[in-house]
Amino acid sequence: MVQSLFYFLAFLSVLSALLVVFSRNAVHSILFLIITFFSIAGQYILMNAQFLGVVQVIVYAGAIMVLFLFVIMMLNLNRETEPQTSNLVKFAGAISGGMLLIVLVASLKGADQIVPANGMDVRTGLISNLGKVLLTDFKLPLEVASLLFLAAMVGAVMLGKKEIE
Amino acid sequence: MEAHQIPLNWYLFLSATLFSIGIIGVLIRRNALVVLMSIELMLNAVNLLMVAFSTYHNDPAGQVFVFFIMAVAAAEVAVGLAILVMMYRNTGTTDVNFLNKLKW
Repeated sequence: MVQSLFYFLAFLSVLSALLVVFSRNAVHSILFLIITFFSIAGQYILMNAQFLGVVQVIVYAGAIMVLFLFVIMMLNLNRETEPQTSNLVKFAGAISGGMLLIVLVASLKGADQIVPANGMDVRTGLISNLGKVLLTDFKLPLEVASLLFLAAMVGAVMLGKKEIE
Repeated sequence: MEAHQIPLNWYLFLSATLFSIGIIGVLIRRNALVVLMSIELMLNAVNLLMVAFSTYHNDPAGQVFVFFIMAVAAAEVAVGLAILVMMYRNTGTTDVNFLNKLKW
């Protein structure tokens, strides 16, 4: 049951990731990217990381995708204005990406199997456990992340506004 | 759910596949928007692997790191899309090959 669910989610994510890269229309790419994010959220929930599954849906499938869709709406893209690469570049890109995949799989194939020493703790991914770690061991990075967000917000506004004559 | 029925290696292969697809997307697409999407795909592949290792080692620190990666990805997308909108306003295209003054 769990294995077939894993296979289904993995197949869905790989298929929609391929469609993100190879579909001609940017809007279709975004819609397939949403499917990929949802299937990865399913993988998180399958791994007992419920909090991250929910955050994945809210942040990626929610906020980031809305941002992308808004930008597409403003840019007025369509099939005619879509820049096309030459077949040579496509071929070279696919070959180099495929070679990277082959190298990664070949080097990971012989890896030893990791089995949890005393079974898996189902509470690892729960929000109470994660929040405790986040606010004790990772206090400073959390505050720095908020500063990063402030800087990103100011930067986006600065870049996005029109030049004042 | 009994996740340890699934070997960790499968997650390694799945995330390697997703990462390679993201690399191919960055290499072959010229629309800057799709390039940004491929970068998101690569970040997600890394996140998936981090969650898998964190779960199989019973260590919540990995999942906290995924949380921070998501925060950085959100900031990166906000700034990247602002640059993209500015580029479209100034050049009228989102083709990454159009702005090649700094290219060797």
